[in-house]
Amino acid sequence: MSFEPNLVGFLCNWCSYTGADLAGTARIKYPPNLKVIRVMCSGRVDPNFILEALAHGADGVLVCGCHPGDCHYVEGNYKCQRRLPITRMLLGEMGIDPRRVRLEWVSASEGVRFGQVVSEFTEEIRSLGPLALQEWAFDAAAADAQLAHQGGDHA
Amino acid sequence: MPKVNMTVDGRPITVDEGSYVLQAAEALGIEIPTLCFFKYVKPYAACRICVVEAKNKRGRTRIVTACNYPASEGIEILTRTPRVMAARKLNLEMLMSRCAPMPVLTDLARKLGIDQPRWGTGTDMCILCGLCVRVCDEIVGAQAIGFASRGIERFVTTPFEVDSDACILCGACAALCPTGHIRMEEASDREVVHSEITLGPNAAISVPFRQAVPNAPRIDPEFCVHFRTGGCKVCASVCPKECISHDDVERFEEVEVGTVVLATGYQDFDPTPFKQYGYGRLPNVITSMEFERMNNAAGSTGGKILLENGKEPRAIAILHCIGSRDENAHPYCSRVCCMYALKFAHLVKEKTSAEVYQLYIDLRAFGKGYEEFFHRILEEGVNVIRGKGAEVVSAGRDCQEGSLIVRCEDTLAAKFREIPVDMVVLCTALEANRDAKDVARRFGISVGADGWFIERHPKLGPVSTTTDGIFLAGVCQSPKDIPDTVAQGSGAAAHAMSLMIRGEVEMDGAYAVIDDEVCSGCRLCNDLCPYSAIGFDETKKTSSVNPALCKACGTCAAGCPSGAIRALHFADDQIYAEIEGILS
Repeated sequence: MSFEPNLVGFLCNWCSYTGADLAGTARIKYPPNLKVIRVMCSGRVDPNFILEALAHGADGVLVCGCHPGDCHYVEGNYKCQRRLPITRMLLGEMGIDPRRVRLEWVSASEGVRFGQVVSEFTEEIRSLGPLALQEWAFDAAAADAQLAHQGGDHA
Repeated sequence: MPKVNMTVDGRPITVDEGSYVLQAAEALGIEIPTLCFFKYVKPYAACRICVVEAKNKRGRTRIVTACNYPASEGIEILTRTPRVMAARKLNLEMLMSRCAPMPVLTDLARKLGIDQPRWGTGTDMCILCGLCVRVCDEIVGAQAIGFASRGIERFVTTPFEVDSDACILCGACAALCPTGHIRMEEASDREVVHSEITLGPNAAISVPFRQAVPNAPRIDPEFCVHFRTGGCKVCASVCPKECISHDDVERFEEVEVGTVVLATGYQDFDPTPFKQYGYGRLPNVITSMEFERMNNAAGSTGGKILLENGKEPRAIAILHCIGSRDENAHPYCSRVCCMYALKFAHLVKEKTSAEVYQLYIDLRAFGKGYEEFFHRILEEGVNVIRGKGAEVVSAGRDCQEGSLIVRCEDTLAAKFREIPVDMVVLCTALEANRDAKDVARRFGISVGADGWFIERHPKLGPVSTTTDGIFLAGVCQSPKDIPDTVAQGSGAAAHAMSLMIRGEVEMDGAYAVIDDEVCSGCRLCNDLCPYSAIGFDETKKTSSVNPALCKACGTCAAGCPSGAIRALHFADDQIYAEIEGILS
């Protein structure tokens, strides 16, 4: 059986969540791998949410917001646009492929596009394979010991 | 204005000093004949028919022209003395000796008791009243015509007797000319120019249309003489209530409202880029709006269906789906065209004896009574061809049946057809307004790929939008016909009323709160908030959220370094629980 990625999506209430809704009412086909969490704005997406999702076994995280200039809250999506690259950088430092976190703009009318984005993202994560976090990573003492064992060079 | 007392034919009257005798007589209902007087231009005393006898305080009488003789204290005016009548007769007879026997002169001659003018009649059509010259100068302000030569050789002409650039083609001179000497004529032999048919009224001051709200006339600066020459303003001087202001300019007014119904409508698709239909290139190819205008009794042809040469068409082709259901323009169906195209066919059959050809892809007679109307059209003998009009070309000179050829594939007969017609009506698509995106952004709603505003839900919320208090009505949401628009408009109004009638707004439970105990007072959130809902308490050194301003986006909660902000309903622990839940 091929690998089925486990994906978490943070969708803004006004554009992307509505767009996803439209994808549903329009009977657009896309992979069922994405599990959606509704937030009021992509600006609400705390980088901790992304890390938490990855820590709990997600293989990738998709954040969708309104197109630049269309934010229901004027500029929340810009905040998100600034936070995401930093989060990705952080993930790189931790040895996690930054491609596992993606930011996309999906408007309320783009049901078809939402389907395409989810399909693409699912395929990309499928090609990256499962995110294998080491057990010791969740325990500070164990992590220290592991790092000492590896001579400070974390995997 | 000082007043003076005078008498006309023994009847006393008090008038403004400096006003003219003619007006005083008019006010008393005493008729003084005149050929050259017009209330809105300065009196000129050209015709000398309005002569009267004026007796001053010293008892001296003399013959004066009433139109430009100023009223003064104690003056006595006699309008019907033998001396006056003889003078009028003489002046008219001299005028007639030069001019052709036109009704305006012969009628007056009969009134004055002239059977046969003593010196016969001449041939000149112009009585040199100067009305045209004065109106062009004083009212229009164009000064495009004037008198030339003098004495018996005097005549009215343009400067140097050449076509004058100063003339703005207002037609005021022709309208005022009492003899018909000045006429407005089309330079070529065209009678109707379809491309010049404006879709609104053609007069400079008019009520935009009969159902207009407010139902008041407005001035169209494009046609108004005043905005071209700075003169005229006759409408303002005629209006008894002094309602007309030419200095009025458009201004922006701010109105505080709680709900908004967007009913911004649509724009008409411009078929010019579709070269195959020849719109703008071939004569007698018009859009449905232009055809509609032509059919309007208040329109430019007075409701007649006419070709550019002023003749009635022998055959008319109505081409459906121009710009709609077309991958090259709009993929959607404009929804109203089928039915108005059938209405056009009915109008043509009613007003002319022309053949009508409907060229359609599919006839969508979906509404109440629509299918029945379609059958009525079929019974009226309209030719209905299933096949989209592919091309309109000019017919050859030897084509007897029409000046245009419409090419199409008749998909029911499975053959290619060339239909000779005289007129082609293009049923153009309904198109979202050019600025729909800007409007949507302003009201915090979204537009679809076609440019129509998106409703809250295609089935359950067809009137409301994702923004509370913003409702949609009419074609701005999607193409629809009048009954559907009225229904949606009523729904939108009712929705808006139900919000307003409550008198208070129910707040959403979602907003952000800041925990004083945890807040470090870094003020990072203050700048993050797009609504300035977060303030800083200088005494407590903490930030706090004003729940009335907060729109619950949660950007501050995501940005707080100490985790002091809780976005209610979307709090961190709630979202963590969700993450855990969906990943378990």
